[in-house]
Amino acid sequence: MLRAAQGGASLDHAVPADTASAAWKDEVFAALEGAGVTQVYYVPDAGHATLIARAHAHPRMRAVPLTSEEEGVAGCVGAWLGGAKAVLLMQSSGVGNCVNMLSLPRTCGAPFLTLVTMRGEWAEFNPWQVPMSRATATVLEAMGVAVRRVDRAEDAAETVDAAAALAYGASQAVAVLLAQRLVGRKVWK
Amino acid sequence: MLDRRDAVRALLAGRPAGLLVVAGLGTPAYDLFAAGDYDANFYLWGAMGGAAMVGLGLALAQPDRPVLVLTGDGEALMGLGALATIGAQKPANLLVVVLDNGHFGETGMQPSHTSLGTDLPRVAEACGFAWSATVRDMAGVEAIRPRLAAPAGPGLVRAVIGAEPTPKALPPRDGAYLATRFRAQLGLAPD
Repeated sequence: MLRAAQGGASLDHAVPADTASAAWKDEVFAALEGAGVTQVYYVPDAGHATLIARAHAHPRMRAVPLTSEEEGVAGCVGAWLGGAKAVLLMQSSGVGNCVNMLSLPRTCGAPFLTLVTMRGEWAEFNPWQVPMSRATATVLEAMGVAVRRVDRAEDAAETVDAAAALAYGASQAVAVLLAQRLVGRKVWK
Repeated sequence: MLDRRDAVRALLAGRPAGLLVVAGLGTPAYDLFAAGDYDANFYLWGAMGGAAMVGLGLALAQPDRPVLVLTGDGEALMGLGALATIGAQKPANLLVVVLDNGHFGETGMQPSHTSLGTDLPRVAEACGFAWSATVRDMAGVEAIRPRLAAPAGPGLVRAVIGAEPTPKALPPRDGAYLATRFRAQLGLAPD
């Protein structure tokens, strides 16, 4: 059982297996840790389960489960106002929930970093995931968020590291889309 | 029933040193500005539904500072899920004050859900807030005021205010300016 190191929410079940466990997920977490991220906002996705578990277990991170993704956009800006670095973890369907709230980092010149696991694009079983999946990059770009996409495991950590440098170093809004092929098929059994 | 300007002025009279304030868009931001402009005030002019979560991110980043979110019933209702998120995190330094006139005041005074059955203090308590209260008069505001320096939160106060129009008192709208000066008073250099 994993418990949070510092108050707030904690995971009260054994961490379930990701749709696919892989070393690159640990490397992505290390990139976030190395960038100085201390607040991790998330709406869960199986593809983010490793990051979420690591964040809950980390002594200097606060992992914050959300009821809806736009809460995390506002939380990230609040963190920056207070001098902390934050990240939002969500899946592609959640990007649609964030649209107007993305005016907040844009108007304030705040850094914003989000890691988005893609659904609806690779061996997708559920048609309801497809429309927002196809609109994800367009919606983010329309709101001024730079989009980087990772299709290969060997590119994941470097892309997240570069996105974090762009976000926190140059005060930009940046999304890293993690391809469904990379994250792994959802198993419907 | 409270006059909103008088209530906010009284709440912030003798403002505690180190208090950080986030104001939701619309009249609550004007009320805060009218009570005195400070670098430690962050006024939202949009991002409706986001005020409480900006407050949470700030409260987690600055755990030794009291953080006040001053917002309206419409803004709080749009971000109702944030109360569940805050209740889960239990930031002791966060206080949310909702100026509740029961209406969407900026857009034609349509009745809001707080006029139609939603009781925000009960929602907050059900979400795990440490405490909540409803204040209807200046004595109630005076009783809440010490909580600004020591929220013992998360707390939520519903201040029942009138729905009559108030004079506009418009804070700066430049988000980058507001953010830069806010961060500067915390000793954070511009990027």
